[in-house]
Amino acid sequence: MIEIRWHGRGGQGAKTAALLFAESVLPTGKHVQAFPEYGPERMGAPVQSFNRISDKPITLHSAATSPTYVVILDPSLMNCVNVTAGLVKGGKIIVNSTFSPKEIAARLGINPKQVYVVDASHIALNTIKLNKPNTPMLGALIKVMDLDIKSILKDTKEKLTEKFRHKPQVIEGNMACIKRAYDEVVTHN
Amino acid sequence: MIKPIYSKGKIVAKTGNEAMAEAMRQIEPDVVAAYPITPATEIVQIFSQFVSDGIVKSEYVAVESEHSAMSAAIGASAAGARAMTGTAAQGLALMWEMLYIASGLRLPIVMAEVNRALSAPINIHGDQSDTMGARDSGWIQIYSENSQEAYDNMIQAVRIAEKCMLPAMVTTDGFIISHCMEVVETYPDKDVKKFVGQYKPQRALLNTKKPYTLGSIELQDYYFEHRWQLAEAMNKAQDVVLDVAKDFAKTFGRKYGMYEKYKMDGAEIAIVVIGSTAGTAKVVIDELRKKGIKAGMIKIRVFRPFPAAMIAKDLAKVKAVAIMDRADSCAGTFAPLYTDVAAALFAHNEGKMPKMENYVYGLGGREIAPEHITAVYDKLAKIAKGKAKPSNKVEYINLRK
Amino acid sequence: MNRAQIKKAASCQAPLRASEIAPAGLVEAGTSVEFNTGDWRANRPKWFKEKCIHCLLCWIACPDSSILLKADKVKTSVMTGIDYGHCKGCGICAKECPVKDKAIIMEEEKK
Repeated sequence: MIEIRWHGRGGQGAKTAALLFAESVLPTGKHVQAFPEYGPERMGAPVQSFNRISDKPITLHSAATSPTYVVILDPSLMNCVNVTAGLVKGGKIIVNSTFSPKEIAARLGINPKQVYVVDASHIALNTIKLNKPNTPMLGALIKVMDLDIKSILKDTKEKLTEKFRHKPQVIEGNMACIKRAYDEVVTHN
Repeated sequence: MIKPIYSKGKIVAKTGNEAMAEAMRQIEPDVVAAYPITPATEIVQIFSQFVSDGIVKSEYVAVESEHSAMSAAIGASAAGARAMTGTAAQGLALMWEMLYIASGLRLPIVMAEVNRALSAPINIHGDQSDTMGARDSGWIQIYSENSQEAYDNMIQAVRIAEKCMLPAMVTTDGFIISHCMEVVETYPDKDVKKFVGQYKPQRALLNTKKPYTLGSIELQDYYFEHRWQLAEAMNKAQDVVLDVAKDFAKTFGRKYGMYEKYKMDGAEIAIVVIGSTAGTAKVVIDELRKKGIKAGMIKIRVFRPFPAAMIAKDLAKVKAVAIMDRADSCAGTFAPLYTDVAAALFAHNEGKMPKMENYVYGLGGREIAPEHITAVYDKLAKIAKGKAKPSNKVEYINLRK
Repeated sequence: MNRAQIKKAASCQAPLRASEIAPAGLVEAGTSVEFNTGDWRANRPKWFKEKCIHCLLCWIACPDSSILLKADKVKTSVMTGIDYGHCKGCGICAKECPVKDKAIIMEEEKK
């Protein structure tokens, strides 16, 4: 079983990203969980959400404390939240940032090869015209986890079409976000 | 792809709230009256969207409070409609007097309830204080470990309630299940509709050909007799729950009972627990069993009616048992589940009791992790070996005293 | 409770058992016919058929549904008398009667 932790700020869509990710992974035959950690609900407050993925049914309902992947939607969270807490040995951190993996690794005190970056805010602003970096970060995570992007894109489109049947205009933009971040995420080489 | 248990089942990812709303869509009750409250809001919010999109033909009554929600459900049910509602915590508390009227008038209303702490201090997270307070209200109570059970329990609750002429609440732990997306197998609409069947009330106020008075005054002369009828209906509800579960297993393949026994065969130490924590405990038990420790668990599914005789039998051979309550009674004695289990053991086992401990945990959503449950089993193992004694008072888990 | 049960209950015989009565305390319509409430009346309405204009104001005003009617081809309904089993003798019918030489008057009940 692996755990994924999403760090975001209230309003950035960290919860939605975790839910969408769970739905996207489901067709691969894995058992999935997605759940948010709710604090006081206010825009801009640091929030977390989680995924568990396993080959077997997941019955655990306690907090996810040992992530293999940490996804950071807002780089300023690295200043105020311990984003590496519980990260398993060799675990990977994916950051929405314009800095290089080496610079971020130095800040977090980890190996640069564990760090992946993508300018998710830029992608979101260019595509959906909103600073909602959640779907780009979803695309980046799919790349880092080496999942089948084609089948996930097909499936995610169906899910979004159902979910946003009252807001169909957001679907294409978000699909483009996932795809572009998938292509643009980089690590240290 | 994960294989469904039912041949026509569909594997989807749903939160507890989504799963309950989905069950409501398939049940398609005549009337839903509800008022939003965290963490149950989504259930009726999603359902109201089904109504406005014309996906269901149900009448949705947007009321101004939970007291009105229950009142409207009572009115609708008395009129002959299949009525449902949904709420949590303070909302359930505001429904209070109407809860007793729903059961007293023997109206089979079904409620999707999300367990949440009661204020004060204000807290929106999961514990079972709300429904534990309603345990004497004459409502059938069915608790769910996960989203799948929430979905299955909603479907079964309709039939149970209507057969018993008792209202029923189906609960999930707030946020832990209500907002946790998990793998859920859903069944085709027509199969669910067939299982639930059409509601044919014995009497309905809207049947003008057979008019009657409902809700009349009864003083010293007949009140007691009608309250006894209510208690008797609850006594008989256990058979109905088991019958419906049997038919559910035959139809959809998933087995349910009054409670679930997990590794109770040959168990020497056991816990009794309700809701989502049972899932976490299963992981702990598997680890303990690998080490040769004979640990088991009873997960209560139906708390009202309480399966006293059955539980007493299953716990008779256990040396030490910990009753884990996600609610405190503040009574100077013990928490609700402990009180019922202790009474059951005392009444049915002729004084042969396992050693018992009572733990209160997780109030206001406080974390309950595998290591906390492991610590409970460690203490039980010591008690079973005679190396420790039960404390004979409520113990608190993960609390800073 | 149905009509027969109300009759039994009202007759002050042995009270009914829980196993005999419907759940939820529901009471069938029309059962109060079996429940006489007029036996402690102090004043008794007396109706003069020949003076009555069948305006039915007394029937509208009677709080105990004790003005008896029957269907009539011309007037739809006409008054036929007073239900002394249920009349409590409040006198509203006599007060409301619009006929100058009252068609209903109150007399002292003979005990």
